[in-house]
Amino acid sequence: MPTTVPQTMIGQANPTAIMFFIAFVISTLVITYWAAKRTKTTKDFYAAGRSVTGFQNGLALAGDYMSAASFLGIAGLVSTKGYDGLIYSVGWLVGWPIVMFLLSEPLRNLGKYTFADVVSYRLSQRPIRAAAAAGSLVVVLTYLIAQMVGAGTLIKLMFGLPFEIAIVVTGALMISYVIFGGMIATTWVQIIKAGLLLSGATILVLMTLNKFGFSYGELFKQASSATPLGQKFLEPGGLVTSPMDAFSLGLALMFGTAGLPHILMRFFTVPDVKAARKSVFYATGFIGYFYILTVTIGFGAAVLVGQKVIMGIDAGGNMAGPLLAEALGGNLFLGFLSAVAFATILAVVSGLTLAGASAFSHDLYVGVIRHGQASEKDEVRVAKIATVGLGVTAIALGILFKGQNVAFLVGLTFSIAASANFPALLMSILWKKFTTAGAVLSIYTGLSIATVLLILSPTVWVDVVHKSEKDAVEAKMKTLDANYKNMTEALTKYKAAAGNKSEIDQAIAAEQTAIEAKKKEITEKVTDEKDRAKQIKAAEAKSTKAVEVLQGLAGMDAATAEKALADAKPKYEAEKKETGAAMPKAIFPLKNPGIYSMAAAFLIGILASLMAPDKDAEKKFDAEKLREYLGVGAED
Amino acid sequence: MAKNKTALEILDDPDFKALVSKKNTVSLILTILEFVLYFGFVGLIAYNKPFLAQKMSPDSDTTIGIPIAVLTIVFSWVLTAIYIFWANASYDKDVQKVKDKMGG
Repeated sequence: MPTTVPQTMIGQANPTAIMFFIAFVISTLVITYWAAKRTKTTKDFYAAGRSVTGFQNGLALAGDYMSAASFLGIAGLVSTKGYDGLIYSVGWLVGWPIVMFLLSEPLRNLGKYTFADVVSYRLSQRPIRAAAAAGSLVVVLTYLIAQMVGAGTLIKLMFGLPFEIAIVVTGALMISYVIFGGMIATTWVQIIKAGLLLSGATILVLMTLNKFGFSYGELFKQASSATPLGQKFLEPGGLVTSPMDAFSLGLALMFGTAGLPHILMRFFTVPDVKAARKSVFYATGFIGYFYILTVTIGFGAAVLVGQKVIMGIDAGGNMAGPLLAEALGGNLFLGFLSAVAFATILAVVSGLTLAGASAFSHDLYVGVIRHGQASEKDEVRVAKIATVGLGVTAIALGILFKGQNVAFLVGLTFSIAASANFPALLMSILWKKFTTAGAVLSIYTGLSIATVLLILSPTVWVDVVHKSEKDAVEAKMKTLDANYKNMTEALTKYKAAAGNKSEIDQAIAAEQTAIEAKKKEITEKVTDEKDRAKQIKAAEAKSTKAVEVLQGLAGMDAATAEKALADAKPKYEAEKKETGAAMPKAIFPLKNPGIYSMAAAFLIGILASLMAPDKDAEKKFDAEKLREYLGVGAED
Repeated sequence: MAKNKTALEILDDPDFKALVSKKNTVSLILTILEFVLYFGFVGLIAYNKPFLAQKMSPDSDTTIGIPIAVLTIVFSWVLTAIYIFWANASYDKDVQKVKDKMGG
């Protein structure tokens, strides 16, 4: 039996995982049934009757935010890139204090079911609800596609279930939770999932630290020697190169969190501002703790599982967490953790779908189409139809995007949330002179600039649109590198033989015997077919080059050979430069447009408001203040 | 006790004005602190990688960057705790005081 292939149950139908998963599905469906009986009014459907406590909402917020992508993705990033993965996890957390200081209380006091309630509070309802619904729906859809494609891929990796079936199962369950149980069921699904995820990750971290005598120092010591990066594994690396890129991405992460509709919506489920702020405190604590666990899991996996094994199963490292669970807790724990990851995906997409359905029904249908005149029964019915519509769209798009690189969609989600939703929301709460035109223009500006710039950025323009050109250039570069290396090596090795015919013939014969032996060795040793073909090709290229060099040496003297060696470098560098020039270039230089699209949204909002003042809205601002700060007249 | 104030009178009430400006000041200061905390960290990554790459002590492999990243997470949470303590201890009482004036 070859030893290079690791023994793992990952990717096979794991009975433990299926058992745990069925237990999760049954218990959540029971909750949904119970919730369905309690969901009668719009307040129940959108806001769980405003009966969620601060602690419960904190868990639910954390549940909404801790996606499988962050659980598996960050552990994977840390296990393959080390410190750079840690940088990412910090960025995901820092938006939460902002949500608390600037938004949580005004949202609770001014809003009813969607953040558009708050933006349109003293402004003209229809245009703002239309714009805000557009912002919400685009954010929800892009995030939903990213989650769905991720879900299909992960479930396939973990259980060996076909991509399409995984997506349909996820979509069907998500639709049932939302349609029958509304916000009450969605909240409890989040709470259960958050509890499972936090406890599962905690157990995994305890088992990991146990291997290092519960010493982080020891873990890092071994991590630095376990990977080819060595000490560099514990230092910031190539993730952040230009300060401007770092700043722009940081802004999008920080303020994008404060513009996610499914997060904002949770502030309408608590009874008062006290519970609203308490829930952010708990959520920030849970999420911060979760990221510290995830990073520990990543470093632990790098040592205890090994990068080679992790990347052998999935190049992105996504299976680092499950592999570590299998290594430490066997098949049973792997099954548990896989089921938790599936539950995580389900919970996040349910929250997103509910937020999208609310924007559609409460803002577009009731606010825009029906001019605010619709019965509760009607509104809930439309929300349920929208849920099915969104669910089916998500399933279809998820399948359509199969195998595509969708990483950019998460960046797009956060850029749009930070640029379209957050500026309008903040200005409507804080700025007396904000007008309807300012809000509408700000939302559409943020939405369009973030989208267009991201398409023109390296993330999409180079990595997605011009992927084939990029891959071609990179392949050419690799060939150039290999050729140069092979040639200089051969020249250095054989230059003494220049002009000596018999010595050269001997060397050529030796090279030919050597390559046959080498090929045989690779065939015996390497079991992976693709890997084997690659290694054989590289060995052949090296040998062919050596023979070529030797044949060339026949007509040279020692001095010419020396000169050829010296000339090789500038020639190689020139060729590399020429090839590199063909690399497709992004039209917009930054990987994330956050800094420009946010600035534009604020600027346009301010300019439009100042150019055409709205005295009526200014007057209403004072009344809004009573409700915002004192809670007088807030929805109960 | 004086007669209950109307909504319009409350808007001009010095206690209400003080409450609004206090709440906005606290929110602003904490937002700026969070901003400085996070972008300070990002700035170190962008401009001073060698600083973060230093070892904690000669016989440890742990770099200074690791506790700094973890502390950025922890301090973010501490800031939310500070806000809660302030709001529960001071803001809620001020709100109640103003609401009492309205007879609510």
